[in-house]
Amino acid sequence: MSIVIDALSKRFGAFAALNGVTLEARPGEFLALLGPSGSGKTTLLRMIAGLDFPDAGHVLFDGVDMTDTPAAERRIGFVFQNYALFRHMTVADNIAFGLTVRARRDRPAKADIRARVAELLDLIQLPDLGHRYPAQLSGGQRQRVALARALAVEPQLLLLDEPFGALDAKVRKDLRRWLRDLHDRLGLTSVFVTHDQEEALELADRVVIMNRGLIEQIGTPREVYDTPATPFVSAFVGETNQIPVTIAAGRAAYAGRQLDVPTAGISDGPAELHFRPHQAELGADVPGTLPILVGAARQRGGGWRVDATLDAQPIEFDVSGPVPDRGTRAGLRLTDVQLFPVR
Amino acid sequence: MAERASVGKHRSARRSVIPGFGLTMGLTVAWLCLIVLIPLSTIFLRAAGLGWDGFVAVGLSPRALSAYRLSFGTAFLAAMVNAVFGLLIAWILARYEFPGKKLVDAAVDLPFALPTAVAGIALVSLYAENGWIGSMLAPLGIRVAYTPLGVVVALIFIGLPFIVRSVQPVLADLGADVEEAAATLGATRWQTFSRVILPAIAPALLTGFALAFARGVGEYGSVIFIAGNMPYKSEIAPLLIVTQLEQFDYPGATAIACVMLVASFSMLLLVNMLQAWRAKRSAK
Amino acid sequence: MTRAAATESPLGRRVLIGIGMVFLALFLALPLVVVFVQAFAKGWPMFLDAITEPDARAAIRLTLLVAAISVPLNCVFGVVASWAITKFEFRGKSLLISLIDLPFSVSPVVAGLIFVLMFGAQGWFGQWLIAHNWKVIFAVPGIVLATVFVTFPFVAREIIPLMAEQGRDDEEAAVSLGESGWQTFWHVTLPNIRWGLLYGVLLCNARAMGEFGAVSVVSGHIRGLTNTMPLHVEILYNEYDFVGAFAVASLLASLALVTLVLKSLLEWRFGYHQARSAH
Repeated sequence: MSIVIDALSKRFGAFAALNGVTLEARPGEFLALLGPSGSGKTTLLRMIAGLDFPDAGHVLFDGVDMTDTPAAERRIGFVFQNYALFRHMTVADNIAFGLTVRARRDRPAKADIRARVAELLDLIQLPDLGHRYPAQLSGGQRQRVALARALAVEPQLLLLDEPFGALDAKVRKDLRRWLRDLHDRLGLTSVFVTHDQEEALELADRVVIMNRGLIEQIGTPREVYDTPATPFVSAFVGETNQIPVTIAAGRAAYAGRQLDVPTAGISDGPAELHFRPHQAELGADVPGTLPILVGAARQRGGGWRVDATLDAQPIEFDVSGPVPDRGTRAGLRLTDVQLFPVR
Repeated sequence: MAERASVGKHRSARRSVIPGFGLTMGLTVAWLCLIVLIPLSTIFLRAAGLGWDGFVAVGLSPRALSAYRLSFGTAFLAAMVNAVFGLLIAWILARYEFPGKKLVDAAVDLPFALPTAVAGIALVSLYAENGWIGSMLAPLGIRVAYTPLGVVVALIFIGLPFIVRSVQPVLADLGADVEEAAATLGATRWQTFSRVILPAIAPALLTGFALAFARGVGEYGSVIFIAGNMPYKSEIAPLLIVTQLEQFDYPGATAIACVMLVASFSMLLLVNMLQAWRAKRSAK
Repeated sequence: MTRAAATESPLGRRVLIGIGMVFLALFLALPLVVVFVQAFAKGWPMFLDAITEPDARAAIRLTLLVAAISVPLNCVFGVVASWAITKFEFRGKSLLISLIDLPFSVSPVVAGLIFVLMFGAQGWFGQWLIAHNWKVIFAVPGIVLATVFVTFPFVAREIIPLMAEQGRDDEEAAVSLGESGWQTFWHVTLPNIRWGLLYGVLLCNARAMGEFGAVSVVSGHIRGLTNTMPLHVEILYNEYDFVGAFAVASLLASLALVTLVLKSLLEWRFGYHQARSAH
């Protein structure tokens, strides 16, 4: 099922949570909404779910306008950060809930419901826990039950609100992989919200980077990492060094010193230069390189992460070979950069 | 009940450096015995002194049975009414904002604070045939004052805060995400209420009910004016005790008091069990 | 954040609030209003007469006396019991707390009866009291006893959870610094519990002044001698002196209102959250 979000806006009092957001999710896609808190990603998710309604704009499922349809009628599955399991019901009853509240004519027979619950318990790999209560389960198990409950009603869309936020690191990693496998198996269009970029980049087909109620960029994890569209995306995703430079006659210069970097398409004037720690080579302090002062170094993977300073500004970069002593003046050759004009 | 006092139990059993155990414990137990336990025991000792047959003759006499029926029946009915409206009031206090809400919240405790005799004369004044409300009901053929219905009305007044104060904190604690989850699963608002919210507050609701019921059974001051006080018809059990005392029928009074105490303690036990159930349920 | 999905429609909300308000107006507000309306039905002079005539004054004095004795007694008991229960470990704590709560679940009439059975003419100590010419039943001591019984748990059940929550750290620290038990109590414990104590005293006082059933049984209803205000209200009412009855009742109702106001103030401004367990 495809989703179209068209110019969605929402204010809470004076605060603009969403500022005219437009995006599309393709059928079967695993879409991540990524951003810092206050970026509007959860608000957007809740609008897709029908838990909140926008001030302006439209939400369409497969071309059908769902904007005014309440959540109960949208056939979605929603997984909450704190599971929201019904504490007084067993796991099996929790999972069956969506089926048992259906109107009589749509409700499956009891035996069918039981079969479906058993099927889902197998899917989430908790086949023997149907009779337990949520209080008796671990956090990871509870979240899996929440997922099974959401899937029981055969939703056309799966929405997850920071589903692993309440779990500890190891459980989170395991569940991440498991969720992606599940998605590949079921082929369900899924949208999930996270503030953890590692999670988003690892799981999603496409990532939507949001900031202050606006979309900064939509792209594959590769795209947002390698070709960030805005300084915010560049700084938010992955590690970035940011340096102020000036563009003149097609060349970039830092504090008067010219740099050997491609500047195609960037207009003259002040700009921000972003590069990642692995996009720099250490060499001699010669023209065309960044003049840095080497500081401490620590081991990282197979090589070293070096702390350096560019005048007073801290810079980090990776080297694979031997590291010069502290206090050495060196030149950093930048192999790949992002340039953003400063308006 | 104050289960929290046992919060220290899981700490290591080291001797406390705080002084005064002997003195305070001794005083507490002595005071408790003197004021509560020994006086209460008189009922059971005296009742025992009647022998079983004697006890049954006065404690379960036809007049006594009528009185029990009235006291327990009206208390039950009033507690049921309070369960419904008390839940509604707890709901609007816990979930909604409206002008004057703080005032209403404070006012719910009025029956706790108001002396029962004051409530008694106020209610009979309202519901007597020439009273503000009684006069409106009289043309409809509904008599409230001096009938069991009047007793029910008085007990509704008395019991309301028990339900509201029991349910209100539990409702406030119940997060919104559980209700939203039910909504996303396709439940209507009513289904969410009846299948998700109501079961979650059931222990608190039952506790409030039991408390209101127990209070209603033994209530005297607020009921005595509006009840008809006619033996076999509108005589509540506490009044029967007083009547027999005035006639120096100590055995009769004692036997009935014994029955009432047994009922009270059973309710107490029930409430304790309900609270233990609630504590178990709310373990996250 | 507006939780649009997890709430009733605006109309539904208004209907529920409306029903609730009507119910409360009917069952709570009206009785209160009628007390004051009837008290002043014949104007100020009659009202003042009713509350200043000798029997009424005696009733007021007795009510104040009984409260002045029973409230401090139960206050001290509550603190002592709470100290014993919350500062030490021992088995049977739950039982002790349940026993302290017993008077709550006893019908007021039964509460009065038990003292008649002990100190009445046919009671255990009846003959002995007669021989020494001491009167308990049908006299002030009996009224005090019954009131003490009925209000026994009020202060304790407020401060036991409070002191339990506060733990022992402060007291242990004080003792290790050399303070005696008494000093520890005055300098450390008391300041910590003062708002809870005030709250408990407030409730205890309201009940002590308003108690009817238990006092009715032990008092003998002797006008001018053994009538508290609630009993006086009953006598006046039974004599069809409605203005008089409601006039005295209005004093008690005002006390209830003051109690409610102070109670709310304590809850709102000082953030004192009573551990609301079973009442």
